[in-house]
Amino acid sequence: MRIVIVGCGKVGSALVEQLSAEGHDIVVIDSDKETVDGMANMYDVIGIYGNGASHPVQEEAEVSKADLLIATTSFDELNMLCCLSAKKMGAGNTIARIRNPEYFAQLDFLREELGLSMHINPEYATAGEIFRTLRFTSAQKIETFANGMIEIAEIRVTEDSVMSGLRLKDFGKVFDVKALVCAVQRVDSIFIPDGNFVLESGDKISLVAAPDQAEKIFEKIGHVRKKLRNVFIIGGSRIGFYLAQMLLSTGAGVKIIDNDDKRARYISEELPKATVILGDGTDQELLHEEGIGNADALVALTGVDEENVIISMYANYMKVEKVVAKVNRSGMLSLLDNIGLDNIVSPKLITANMIIQYVRAMKNTLGSNVETLYKIARGKAEALEFIARQASDVIGVPLKKLKTRKNLLIAGIIRGNQAIIPNGEDRILMGDRVVVVTTNTRLDDLSDILA
Amino acid sequence: MNRRMIFYILGQIIKILALFLLLPALVSVIYRENAVYSFLISAVIAALIGLLLTLKKPAEKRIYAKDGFVVTALAWIAVSLIGALPFYISREIPSFIDCFFETVSGFTTTGGTAVNNIEGFSRGLIFWRSFTHWIGGMGVLVFVMAIIPLTGRSMYLMRAESPGPIVGKLVPKLKNTAKILYAIYIFLTAVEVLLLIMGGMSVFDSVIHAFGTAGTGGFSNKAASIAAYNSTYIHIVITVFMALFGINFNIYFFLVTRNFRSVFKNEELRWYLGIIAVAIILIAVNIMPHYSNVGTAVKDAAFQTVSTITTTGYVTADYAEWPEFSQTILVLLMFCGASAGSTGGGIKVSRLLLYAKMSLRELRRMLHPKSVSVVSLDGKPVGESNLADIGTYFAFYLIIAAITLLLLSLDRFDFKTNFTAMASCLNNIGPFLGRGGPFGSYSEFSAASKLLLSLNMLFGRLELFPLLMTLNPAIWKKH
Repeated sequence: MRIVIVGCGKVGSALVEQLSAEGHDIVVIDSDKETVDGMANMYDVIGIYGNGASHPVQEEAEVSKADLLIATTSFDELNMLCCLSAKKMGAGNTIARIRNPEYFAQLDFLREELGLSMHINPEYATAGEIFRTLRFTSAQKIETFANGMIEIAEIRVTEDSVMSGLRLKDFGKVFDVKALVCAVQRVDSIFIPDGNFVLESGDKISLVAAPDQAEKIFEKIGHVRKKLRNVFIIGGSRIGFYLAQMLLSTGAGVKIIDNDDKRARYISEELPKATVILGDGTDQELLHEEGIGNADALVALTGVDEENVIISMYANYMKVEKVVAKVNRSGMLSLLDNIGLDNIVSPKLITANMIIQYVRAMKNTLGSNVETLYKIARGKAEALEFIARQASDVIGVPLKKLKTRKNLLIAGIIRGNQAIIPNGEDRILMGDRVVVVTTNTRLDDLSDILA
Repeated sequence: MNRRMIFYILGQIIKILALFLLLPALVSVIYRENAVYSFLISAVIAALIGLLLTLKKPAEKRIYAKDGFVVTALAWIAVSLIGALPFYISREIPSFIDCFFETVSGFTTTGGTAVNNIEGFSRGLIFWRSFTHWIGGMGVLVFVMAIIPLTGRSMYLMRAESPGPIVGKLVPKLKNTAKILYAIYIFLTAVEVLLLIMGGMSVFDSVIHAFGTAGTGGFSNKAASIAAYNSTYIHIVITVFMALFGINFNIYFFLVTRNFRSVFKNEELRWYLGIIAVAIILIAVNIMPHYSNVGTAVKDAAFQTVSTITTTGYVTADYAEWPEFSQTILVLLMFCGASAGSTGGGIKVSRLLLYAKMSLRELRRMLHPKSVSVVSLDGKPVGESNLADIGTYFAFYLIIAAITLLLLSLDRFDFKTNFTAMASCLNNIGPFLGRGGPFGSYSEFSAASKLLLSLNMLFGRLELFPLLMTLNPAIWKKH
């Protein structure tokens, strides 16, 4: 597809990296010459220097021929103008980043008038992601397929866990559930395991199961979902604000610590149910005073990556059950894994992934058959959902007889309203939804799973 | 620096070279020549080296600008060394230095030869010599990139190999850009072959001269170059095509996509055509007394002018006999060179244009010390770092020219010969004045001078920086 990306900030560059690797024709527009040149050097894209909303620049980028325009500059108004004029010039679809809560409120009207295909609010999306992780205390991340019929959850194998030293063949027996371990992260490598794979403590596994089965496993490992009573949010930024709103609506207790007087006042006005503390979130004395020892969860959302990391390390040390930190620099992610910080959210990656899912779905109508795509295991593996629409060699053959590619696993089959965690005897039938986990990228069709 | 990746890319390029070597082998088979074995042996050697270098795919694939420069320089040296093998193995050129000189002269589209008896060569070798022009003109790496993905960051390679101060892409994907460039290139070459055949040239000669024109190289299979054909039609066809291949290929892309505005906005094109027109008029008027007929004078003036500014180096008239004024214009045109993004060599019109604009800006700044102004080309501002590169380019250009001239003077020729030989090689033209005259060869130069001139050709074709970077020991240090 021909995609024009306006604005190469954090989200824009993450998008360029991902989408160019997927083989799209990408034109990048930014008003900073060095940024544009840098992008054109690092990725196989064309860079145009200028204001993305100006007509001549859009003409140069041949927006009229583009299938998709994504506006991710730091200004909402510019993004909207970009999309509006692109749409008028004949661009297929447009996506705008709109983060100002005031515009956010009138989005339905804006979408209609601007002809937006999708809008995205990075802070809101990030808050939503954190909210989901907080609800499942033991799983670090949960993705759903086929309207929630199958889930993929990431779990860390702890030293005292039954899973440590477990052969995957016996997994179902031990837990008495139908579930499949579809990917294992060990230090820096990622495995798509078979039945003889033995788990070690420290591994991070991705588990496929129907939601009720997943819950059973969580119970067995000793982490039951319990109601959050006391959540610390360090930093009252927009993400913190949205997150607090979401948590309060479920009745959780929320404590927000921010060191800006005005901001703290604003939050306490807007969210009267939250406890707002004016102070420095890195100050351990303050955290103690507010009872960090009794917290169910802590979310570090200050504007500085390093502060978030340090606060989280301290919270871990204080045995807070669930700790989430916001880290923007993606280069640091694997580093943090090694010091036991599991729940790292990166707004730019979350935003980029949401847009990429949209692009994938769009491509679907243009020839690819991917229904849903998630990056799992730190983006090193993909979980994809296909629908078996046309007859092919894959259909009707017992799975054990299929010669699939290396590092690929058929993790789930959804037939009607029944979710199957398949074994070698199962087969894919016409009309099934199939979840495939693989470290190969760029599968475009179900038949691509064959070697 | 990512050495593994550098050698891996190098291996891929050498593998493609092995395939190239099969083409002249085919020509030799058609003409039943023994040279076929020398090509097959060379191809096998290239394939082995290529396979050896690409045995293991490096885990770390990231490369940066400096790696791009080094890959490009090493690739050009490697293809020249391996490309020289057929000449050596067939014993048709006995000295390896001469073989190397001939191949470098081919790939860099210089077209100066170290042999005197080209008409006695086997056809396979003549074909190979001209084919190196054709591939070298648009670029070895560009060709490879059109077929196989070398690295995710091929832009660094493209920028290091493509001529001109500012290199951009036509379409988002580099692979497609390379394909489009080669499609235009193949199309124009094919049209020229057809037109030459229609002019009564044999098929083999047409292909040889179309390759020589397309790459703006200048190798001919006749000792007398194009003057061997006594046909006004052929002279005009070659004049027009030399001029066409000296134009930035982006212009053709704009024409095909009907983007006429970009064509008209192109300042370099206007200046390039303007310089050609003025030079033709000046030379024609100046040489008129030597000619009986105005038409022939204009035709010869046009051919020599276009041949020199595009750095092709074909000859239809012995301009050593022309007045000093005309000769001087030709020497100046040698330095001017063709357009950026064409197959021509030299300094390039756009670079001169930008340098002039920069200089005028500095002059204005002396008048208004606090003035701020942006240098622009084709209506778009040019980045200060690009401008700085151009300044550096000129500095190194002069230093290299000076050192070459000094070292050449150790050989036994006069200043005119040395200076024009240096200018001819550094700007990838071919013929020089003085001792050899336009129809002469480099055979009388010493082996050391030939090596020095080969190096100059590589410097000229790759526009200094890749080779300078590779020769800088600091880049090879591990820390």
